[in-house]
Amino acid sequence: MATTTYTQAESSNRLIAGFRRFIRWLTKPHVVLSLIMLAVMFVMVVIPLYRLVLTTVTWQPEDLSRVPEAVVGKFTTFHWVRMLTGVLSRIYTFTPLQHSMTVAIGATLLAFLIGGALAWLVIRTDMPGRKIVNQLAVLPYIMPGWTIAQAWLVLFKNRASGGTPGLFEYLVGQSPPDWLSYGPVPIIICSALHYYTFFFLFTSAALMSIDSNLEEAGELMGASRWRILRKITLPLVLPALLSGFIMTFSKVMGTFGGPNILGTPVRYYVVATMLRGSLAAGDKADAFVLGIVLILFAILIISFNQKLVGTRKSYETIGGRGFVAQASKLRNMKTVAFISVIIFQILVLVLPLSLLVLSSFMLRSGDYSLSNFSLQHWIGEANTIYNNGEPGVLFNPKIYATAWNTIKLALFTAFFTALLGIFLGYAIVKGRGTRLAKIVDQLAYIPYVIPGIAFGAVYIAMFAKKMGPLPALYGTFTLLVIVSVAKHLPYSSRSGVAAMMSVGRELEEAGQVSGANVWQCFKRIIFPLTSSGFVSGFLMTFITTMRELSLIILLVTPATQLLASQTMFYIENGNEQMANIVILILVLITLVGNFLIGRFGRGSSLKKGLGM
Amino acid sequence: METTIRINNLTKKFGGVTAVNNVSLTIDPGTFLTLLGPSGCGKTTLLRCLAGLEDPDGGEIYIGDKLVFSYDTGISLPPGQRELGLVFQNYALWPHMKVDKNISFALEIQKMPKAEIEKRIKESLKEVQMVGYEDRYPREMSGGQQQRVALARMLAYRPKVFLMDEPLSNLDARLRMDMRTELKRLHHISGATTVYVTHDQVEALTMSTNIAVMKEGVLQQFDTPDKIYHFPANLFVADFIGNPKVNLLDGFVSEKNCVDFGDFKISMETYNATGKVVAGIRPEDIVISTQPVPGGVEFKAYSILPSGADSTIIAHLGELELTIKVMGISKIKMDEKIWLTFDEATINLFDKESGQLITP
Repeated sequence: MATTTYTQAESSNRLIAGFRRFIRWLTKPHVVLSLIMLAVMFVMVVIPLYRLVLTTVTWQPEDLSRVPEAVVGKFTTFHWVRMLTGVLSRIYTFTPLQHSMTVAIGATLLAFLIGGALAWLVIRTDMPGRKIVNQLAVLPYIMPGWTIAQAWLVLFKNRASGGTPGLFEYLVGQSPPDWLSYGPVPIIICSALHYYTFFFLFTSAALMSIDSNLEEAGELMGASRWRILRKITLPLVLPALLSGFIMTFSKVMGTFGGPNILGTPVRYYVVATMLRGSLAAGDKADAFVLGIVLILFAILIISFNQKLVGTRKSYETIGGRGFVAQASKLRNMKTVAFISVIIFQILVLVLPLSLLVLSSFMLRSGDYSLSNFSLQHWIGEANTIYNNGEPGVLFNPKIYATAWNTIKLALFTAFFTALLGIFLGYAIVKGRGTRLAKIVDQLAYIPYVIPGIAFGAVYIAMFAKKMGPLPALYGTFTLLVIVSVAKHLPYSSRSGVAAMMSVGRELEEAGQVSGANVWQCFKRIIFPLTSSGFVSGFLMTFITTMRELSLIILLVTPATQLLASQTMFYIENGNEQMANIVILILVLITLVGNFLIGRFGRGSSLKKGLGM
Repeated sequence: METTIRINNLTKKFGGVTAVNNVSLTIDPGTFLTLLGPSGCGKTTLLRCLAGLEDPDGGEIYIGDKLVFSYDTGISLPPGQRELGLVFQNYALWPHMKVDKNISFALEIQKMPKAEIEKRIKESLKEVQMVGYEDRYPREMSGGQQQRVALARMLAYRPKVFLMDEPLSNLDARLRMDMRTELKRLHHISGATTVYVTHDQVEALTMSTNIAVMKEGVLQQFDTPDKIYHFPANLFVADFIGNPKVNLLDGFVSEKNCVDFGDFKISMETYNATGKVVAGIRPEDIVISTQPVPGGVEFKAYSILPSGADSTIIAHLGELELTIKVMGISKIKMDEKIWLTFDEATINLFDKESGQLITP
């Protein structure tokens, strides 16, 4: 009897001890934060993805018109069969997929040539004006991605889409051929001119980290410059180049703006534009199948990249160790190189913007006579002849509302992204080595592999109707904030981790030993020390949110219109001058933002903000 | 203010690695204890367990008569409630706070009156000879100055126990000497029980009243520096302590009280040892003669390394190599014949198999 009581007491003691240990673990700040972050990401990423897949494998109400015996909500392979094997699969799935790949491969190769050459000139040669070129080279990426596409049309538009002729036809007197006006060629060129920044950043970081002694050693042995480049430099930057290839490829695959401007008018559909088309036609499940195809493609590509490069986060493998790189002497090629780079910069920066400005002053597009120049689209009063009766942009209350909406979205997104970044960084860095932190880290990485347009589709699937405690958020501003924050999770966690890594764990421990509680440690030690990371994360997110289109195009409604989507609607309604002015405003805001980052970002850069 | 620390059967694992393995120690009030061992031996982990920065997987810790950790009851006080101060290897001064703010942080958390805080800042800075640096940021000071401020930060809130994690390892050799003097002085004045982590055996011997030598998480020996040096508990301790290193000679107990080293024999107390043994002979315990002496074993001087106050001589006899330390600059020449005599009272015998010191 006595023994039994003893063991009972002992086992209950053991239970209490275990419970205390569990509570202690559970109340550790990084565990608390990890669990909160897990919950947040579960709602923002996992459930939407689940809903996306679920929608494609269940009957939807809109299927009833095609298949009367369908039972809404029941399992079916109908959508997958229809999209992958049916008679329409060629039109809906495979042709767009083929187009997407053509465009992606072409744009990637072109971007590689431009970005790689530029990086080599800037980092490795004695070309004059390298500092300025270095600054200018990233600007096209900061501007909205479809700026150049829209400028392209101002120049090369022909009658294929039934509109007015472009500047080229006016100047040359001949209509440009169809392949130059619309379709894969212009899409490839315009995408490459936007995304070459990836190659430029990747390659210049890699080139900077190469010890130029390695190249000099080759030179001493009498190797020619070409041979050195081929045998020494290229192999060393190869991992970075591969990363650049894959990043660009997957970005172009998911991009919407350029293909919509340059492809849709001539029915040249890529997956992203087809997805939106299906959605507009009411075939939600079909659209979602395309979204999943895009996601699977992206996952395939990125895991391929990881295989090749050997680390999970290939985009952080390049350490800028910053050797003093010895310049290759260009000798008499110096001026030639400089002039061609300057001409290139003018072609991708000055020319497109000038074309947009020029077009914005024309009362009717396509008529370049002096009498047609007007400020109507800028400051004109409402006139039913123009722009469906909307007043000029600067006097247009709708534009102001949209601009305010955009800025609000960018501010909210930037704030929550930066805040989540610090929390994620804390949870991941503090819990390093634990399974919990690993899961948080990996979950935060998921949005990275989901192309923007597919992410939008995911959110429609999730928030179109009320689900449990989650309200139907479709059409609300809140949804735009959530989707933008969610899409930025990988970048925010990267920059949060970087910020947290720079705060040694001893600094917090010194606070703990001094008797500070969790909140005091955060308030007085962690927040002040990560504030610069917060600021740079905030500014970067602000800019990228301002010009984001693929992500939000499916989610905006007239009540929640944003500048980026507004330009697209203007283009689709034939109000291209209005669209161009709005694009110019967007460009202006992002450029000013970029300037502010350089000025006040305290060591932050585009590179960091992109999470590379 | 004097505090005993009791550690009972403490164990800490990281995944599959046992960093601290069933360590028990009682640290008397006012002790300057050094945790000594090669990197990865668990000394820092043990210190962090004491501080409450790690959650051990077994055992208990008392600081004074307060139970601060007990695995079996699930109790663990947070670091702030253990009334101890910790000096980190990299100082861990908060870079965004000036010196005075760094020091006043803990005091403000205790809600101490302003005047008292001011007084404490002054006092503690005076103790580390850093008066006048109140308005500096950490980055505006040298490593040595930062270390002093880190000390002042700890002294200001008067913890019962001082914990120091390799506080001098980031300083240059000269500064390290100065700081050793200061730290020892500080301990002498405050009398606070101190636990000090280092991998530097010289530092351990210089500073401590007690040393705990650790290897792979296991406590090897817990003793005074004198005992640790002269009576190492096992071969690991013997080998780890002392510079130049102890001479370890493989031998054989051929008959009671006589050890056979092959080329020569030394008669000494062998207690009840039999078979293979290892003799540990400190370099300074060997006497060199350039003339044959009774009981002397003939060696050849292989290399002479004078370093001012003393010289190290490497002597060879066949395969056997011995290190001898003599005072002053040695006049012995390379390849000269020398005769070594051993004082059997200074030789420690270890069991070859277990590595343990052979004792009565």
